[in-house]
Amino acid sequence: MARMKFLCDAERCIDCNACVTACKNENEVPWGINRRRVVTINDGKPGERSVSMACMHCTDAPCASVCPVSCIYPTDDGIVLHDKDICIGCGYCFYACPFGAPQYPKVGNFGSRGKMDKCTYCAGGGGNEAPGSAAEYAKYGSDRFGEGKLPLCAEMCSTKSLLAGDGDVIAQIYKERVLRRGYGSGAWGWLTAYHEDIEV
Amino acid sequence: MLFRKSERSANQHQSAVAPAAPSGIGIDRRSFLNRSGLTVGALAVLGDLPLGGVRNAQAGPPPAVGAAVATRKNICTHCSVGCSVIAKVANGVWIGQEPDYDSPINRGSHCCKGAAVRDDAMNDRRLRYPVKLVDGQWTRVTWEKAIDEISDKLLEIRQKSGPDSVYWLGSAKFTNEAAYLYRKLAAFWGTNNSDHQARICHSTTVTGVANTWGYGAMTNSYNDIRNAKTIVIMGGNPAEAHPVSLQHILEGKELNRANMIVIDPRMTRTAAHATEYVRVRPGTHIPTIYGMLWHILQNGWEDKEFLRQRVYGIDEVREQVAKWNPQEVERVTGLPEAQVKHVAEIFAKQKPSTLIWAMGQTQYSFGTANVRASCLLLLATGNVGGPGGGANIFRGHTNVQGATDLGLDVTTLPLYYGLAEDAWQHWCRVWEVDYDWIASRFATKALMESPGITSTRWFDATLLPKDQVSQPNDVQAMFVMGHGVNTITRMPEAKRGIEKLELLVVCDPYPTAWSVLSERKNGIYLLPACTSFEMDGSRTASNRSLQWGEKIVDPVFESKNDYDTMYMLARKLGFADRMFKNIKVENGSVSAEDILREINRGGWSTGYCGQSPERLKAHMRNQAKFDVVTLRAPKDDPEVGGEYYGLPWPCWGTPEFKHPGTAILYNTHLPVKEGGGTFRARFGIERVVKRKVMENGQLVEKEEHDNLLADGSYSVGSEIKDGYPEFTLAVLKRLGWDKDLTPQEMDIIQQVNPANPDTVSWSTDLSGGIQRVAIEHGCSPCGNGKARMIAWNLPDPVPVHREPVFTPRTDLVADYPAYPDGRQFRMPNIGFTVQKTAVDRGIVKQYPLILTSGRIVEYEGGGEETRSNKWLAELVQNMYVEINPEDAGARGIKDGGWVWVSGPESNSRTRMKALVTERVGKGVAWMPYSFAGYYEGADLRAKYPRGNDPIVLGESVNTLTTYGYDPATGMQEPKATLCQIRAA
Repeated sequence: MARMKFLCDAERCIDCNACVTACKNENEVPWGINRRRVVTINDGKPGERSVSMACMHCTDAPCASVCPVSCIYPTDDGIVLHDKDICIGCGYCFYACPFGAPQYPKVGNFGSRGKMDKCTYCAGGGGNEAPGSAAEYAKYGSDRFGEGKLPLCAEMCSTKSLLAGDGDVIAQIYKERVLRRGYGSGAWGWLTAYHEDIEV
Repeated sequence: MLFRKSERSANQHQSAVAPAAPSGIGIDRRSFLNRSGLTVGALAVLGDLPLGGVRNAQAGPPPAVGAAVATRKNICTHCSVGCSVIAKVANGVWIGQEPDYDSPINRGSHCCKGAAVRDDAMNDRRLRYPVKLVDGQWTRVTWEKAIDEISDKLLEIRQKSGPDSVYWLGSAKFTNEAAYLYRKLAAFWGTNNSDHQARICHSTTVTGVANTWGYGAMTNSYNDIRNAKTIVIMGGNPAEAHPVSLQHILEGKELNRANMIVIDPRMTRTAAHATEYVRVRPGTHIPTIYGMLWHILQNGWEDKEFLRQRVYGIDEVREQVAKWNPQEVERVTGLPEAQVKHVAEIFAKQKPSTLIWAMGQTQYSFGTANVRASCLLLLATGNVGGPGGGANIFRGHTNVQGATDLGLDVTTLPLYYGLAEDAWQHWCRVWEVDYDWIASRFATKALMESPGITSTRWFDATLLPKDQVSQPNDVQAMFVMGHGVNTITRMPEAKRGIEKLELLVVCDPYPTAWSVLSERKNGIYLLPACTSFEMDGSRTASNRSLQWGEKIVDPVFESKNDYDTMYMLARKLGFADRMFKNIKVENGSVSAEDILREINRGGWSTGYCGQSPERLKAHMRNQAKFDVVTLRAPKDDPEVGGEYYGLPWPCWGTPEFKHPGTAILYNTHLPVKEGGGTFRARFGIERVVKRKVMENGQLVEKEEHDNLLADGSYSVGSEIKDGYPEFTLAVLKRLGWDKDLTPQEMDIIQQVNPANPDTVSWSTDLSGGIQRVAIEHGCSPCGNGKARMIAWNLPDPVPVHREPVFTPRTDLVADYPAYPDGRQFRMPNIGFTVQKTAVDRGIVKQYPLILTSGRIVEYEGGGEETRSNKWLAELVQNMYVEINPEDAGARGIKDGGWVWVSGPESNSRTRMKALVTERVGKGVAWMPYSFAGYYEGADLRAKYPRGNDPIVLGESVNTLTTYGYDPATGMQEPKATLCQIRAA
């Protein structure tokens, strides 16, 4: 069974934020909610690297494990979806998520949270709305996956850094890339293993 | 929430963000992550997120049940890469974007701007209808009334002060057709005061490069960088300014294990992916290049055969380079000998090497010399005219290349014909108007043939005493289509300039900073232009490929496309019938195709003659067939067989001749008919030089004739196995090739110049016959010359280092002063005096930091459009200045804190946030240039027409930038000035 994944090639990511606005555009995500964002380490210093982050659609998703109302679940394709009709906005999933993926709109005073929102892998929602319907779109965003398309963030990535698709396939693409280029992230290990700089 | 570059910021103040941001005010990605990592739990109470957070699906997919979804293709407007945009349209509404995997240029990819262009067009902050400023209030008027009033005022000024008192400022976001039409409009109005953004981005490149080898454009293509073994990026940050180009650069780097060296004052996002980063001081490009050349020439790493066959003037360059020994290079640039030598050796030996640049080279008062120095390095190492090498000049807008080509420029008519009488005669023949009538439109014949005032000086032409402006009167009206005011330096002067004008017309999808900068209460008109996505037409990407974009949706609100606006205006000004003689206009709607056909009929000099609308549309239909490296389609394809994508100019001959376009310029490895070429024999056959030589023990001056034609080098299949001049009928006759001309062609040639048909050349022959015959014989119509290392018509024939007008290295000014004062483009240029005064007054003590500027990926140009885009505006919500930790520490400035930055002219000062980062070196401050809407600490939001204010406002860097103009082009100097920063 295919298992949908994201993989961001840090040798390629240039922090151009195409993935961020593509997501906003495709799903009409409102101001203040960021399903995807680009994180940069060593900003402005040698060794600067960026990586695009969203829900990673974990195989054993910790958000799903902690959800008190069990509204989060993986689909048959390994996409982690949730049902906003069941969500109570408690925020447990946010604490559980290692990637900071869950987002919450503010719906009232005193910081009360609305229904959780996160990357849906452009696969519509996890509720009862008909796939591809206007109701589903209004609540979760587009269902590209249902049309046989991948998430727009990865499809529009400026440098083909962000890959989406079946985990086995994109792992193979990445492996071939790393072998071909022979350096950088993905070709880790030489320093750790041998404590020497090997020029390839 | 503060900065895109900040790792750590805490201030929640959001003053620079519109109070009415689309759905509340958000948190930026970095501070968000920071919080989520360090202070878990804070998120719930953070930010002023909106009530009712479930979004509305106003314009997004899916379409209403039963609505048909159409797919249309246009070109992203935000840089010159030329990414195809696929739009999904239902019920006349643009509902979504899809990746265009077929485009060989972007292969589906976008940057954040390209992925957000739907909100450029469907944005509710756009100007909806024409307004005029009446006693400080924006008042709605109809288009007809606006055009009537504007035209009456223009005609009044024309009557009173002459046609040159109206300035026609155009746009690099015009289509080719609109750029051409606007230039034509200025010509029919009777002035050469018509310019666009190329002035402030690559005017120096065009002049410097064209004066070296014939044409001033990118020699290769973004795709061809995949062939490079060494990629040197010097004066550019494509990861932010041209993100999709990095797809080609990084894949090339990976496939070839190529060297990728970034030489820049900032450790940019591009440098983060380089194999080597070299930090230089702004304004030391020539010493760096000469430092490299010193090692190359010293060690014999130059390409001797290439220099002998195809280059003129290496001896003079040797003399100049000899002065730049490693000690002097280090004294001026700070670069150690070993590093310079290392980079030089890689560039010269690990070939093919390409040199990439953008505004980091061009935006100096010696920008033309900078780019010329780059050309010298490429020529010396034999890196021009083949795959993987070349000058890959990255331009900045969708169609800045095309608008430049089509003469939206103070120095020339369309396609670089210049302004001399024969150029006017040529275009009058194409336009089918009487030369005498056009001449009668101008104040004098001298003004008709002299370059206009550059866009960088429009306000000087308004403010200076009239006797200093070499035209009958000063500039009294500005007609601005698609050009910002905040991208031009010296904004305090621009503000005063706007106040002094009699009329300001801004035709733009957004009100722009023109509308708010001044204290004017009357006399500004804002006309709503549609975006480029709402009109048909072709756009020329940086690699010279033309792409036909189709209208995605009808112009929204009351906006109009540029063609129709110009037609309306021309009708009112009384020359529409002449101007649109061969261009179809139906119900006020102008045919873009007809304009391109007219360009084809006159565009011989640059090879804009073969790209008919039909051929360009065929290319868009067949995008998938073009190779991603060579850009060529398979030869057996029925529609586009053997052609290069977008028929990159020169695309010789008539459309029927089916020239495939030229993917790589000056490439002798291919026949001209297959896209090969030679250096253009533009500078004559020989150069007469007086040289002192020893004769019989005495020094005597002798006249020598230096050959300027290629020496034993020619393109594949050429019947002339040596250099040759530009083709004319006389040359054809001498070769006996005139017999190959058809009677019809001969007939047209006779008509072009009945008195002396022999002088009709490849660039004035309206039949295309001379080009066709030359190419059939394997020859390049523009001749086969040598590239010039010495450009004797430029201020410094061989580039000479000069310090920026405002330099921190006052110790170097005596040795390397600015250009002497002079007059160019109808204006005085007193850079030398300004520099001397600054040094004498010890300005550097008060303003010790170098200030330089550049792009960020989210915003573009003046930024009004992108700062109004809700998806982009959320990403960067504040103007900021990057400052090195040491400089910040010495001033008590904290990351994220407010600072005042002051400049050395006009008591200028600006208030913004500080971003403390090692990205900039000690002594250097950097700002993004796409902000406006704050001026010297004051928020101008209330001055925009209600509802049309951009979401994000900020101080403009150009409030601080200073005097400094390139004598060859009038280029401004925003890349190196001085400033002081203190905590606010």
